[in-house]
Amino acid sequence: MEEETHTDAKIRAENGTGSSPRGPGCSLRHFACEQNLLSRPDGSASFLQGVAEKSRERLIRNTCEAVVLGTLHPRTSITVVLQVVSDAGSLLACCLNAACMALVDAGVPMRALFCGVACALDSDGTLVLDPTSKQEKARAVLTFALDSVERKLLMSSTKGLYSDTELQQCLAAAQAASQHVFRFYRESLQRRYSKS
Amino acid sequence: MAAGFKTVEPLEYYRRFLKENCRPDGRELGEFRTTTVNIGSISTADGSALVKLGNTTVICGVKAEFAAPSTDAPDKGYVVPNVDLPPLCSSRFRSGPPGEEAQVASQFIADVIENSQIIQKEDLCISPGKLVWVLYCDLICLDYDGNILDACTFALLAALKNVQLPEVTINEETALAEVNLKKKSYLNIRTHPVATSFAVFDDTLLIVDPTGEEEHLATGTLTIVMDEEGKLCCLHKPGGSGLTGAKLQDCMSRAVTRHKEVKKLMDEVIKSMKPK
Repeated sequence: MEEETHTDAKIRAENGTGSSPRGPGCSLRHFACEQNLLSRPDGSASFLQGVAEKSRERLIRNTCEAVVLGTLHPRTSITVVLQVVSDAGSLLACCLNAACMALVDAGVPMRALFCGVACALDSDGTLVLDPTSKQEKARAVLTFALDSVERKLLMSSTKGLYSDTELQQCLAAAQAASQHVFRFYRESLQRRYSKS
Repeated sequence: MAAGFKTVEPLEYYRRFLKENCRPDGRELGEFRTTTVNIGSISTADGSALVKLGNTTVICGVKAEFAAPSTDAPDKGYVVPNVDLPPLCSSRFRSGPPGEEAQVASQFIADVIENSQIIQKEDLCISPGKLVWVLYCDLICLDYDGNILDACTFALLAALKNVQLPEVTINEETALAEVNLKKKSYLNIRTHPVATSFAVFDDTLLIVDPTGEEEHLATGTLTIVMDEEGKLCCLHKPGGSGLTGAKLQDCMSRAVTRHKEVKKLMDEVIKSMKPK
């Protein structure tokens, strides 16, 4: 019995500008430019960018695989496609929440719900939950995925340097914050099913 | 008969051992496999190291080249890691473009370098805005028997400690770089990040340094990268069973002891190498 969960995340939006085709009296040919291509500093940066997405996909996929009851649906493939509409910080946490809600909406049997919570640690040790893009430039950014049953840590992805005690503080804060997220899940689902 | 049972019911076979708090290869739950490290074996590379964690073998070669810095960071060099898992290390890998596991490992090593600030990128600058060093770190796995991330981190650290960069001066008249191969200096390694990997069994049991089979049977993995001050560079837990805060704390203490073991081993090796 094999159950695969694929996750694709298309993050980069290509900007392109093109000029009109050669018109009368204009000697320039059709030209186009892709902003994104020019702003890359060197080849290795673009390689790592694609690899970063793969890494993110793996994190989300493994989290889903841990909660989805795959044994109830043998020989089934569950594909989760995530499309970023806008990124204002805490992207991975948002992706996790979206993936969970999508799985619930699809009626996939799960052993628990999960939510993503991000927190940023400043240089003086202040904790900021759900940081914006600007706040994410802090000393460390930690993203956790917590399950709904016992608030256990399902997934963690961290960036930056931090101490052990700070980790425990962030984890405790994330566990407290996850309560709000789960309450929001419950309310939105109640609202949806009360209508129909 | 034991071999037959192992093939038919591998998980039950493992559970029998775990109940007695040991593993089929005789290790305890918190014990690492024998770690050996060999530094400077590749003469054509600027720095190299070979690390063996039991059967898992990873070799790291560092080559330094010139590059032009980017406009938004004109005094910063580059450290570009690449983890390669070729088909020769395990039958699960096919030849062709890097698979997902290799890409995730490359990203992990890049994150460790970035987060731990192992090298100050400004140290790699030769002439701001014109010329910087770029260190290509190639990690190749020669034998895959689990716990690839620990081996890669250790190999990278050992190789970077072995790198010797020649002195480069910019000739004012010709504006060309002149390399003095006779005068070489070691890199300034600021921190020593050491990775400790755990595998979660049956949602409760944590074992250290999983082998290939154990990784396959595990329900989750966790990798902690710690530096000498006890600061965490990376807490990599890609999904899998949940962990409570208390279990995480146990992992931290094990990571601290592992850091001491690895640091001692590395210092011995560096000391034993004759200065050139």
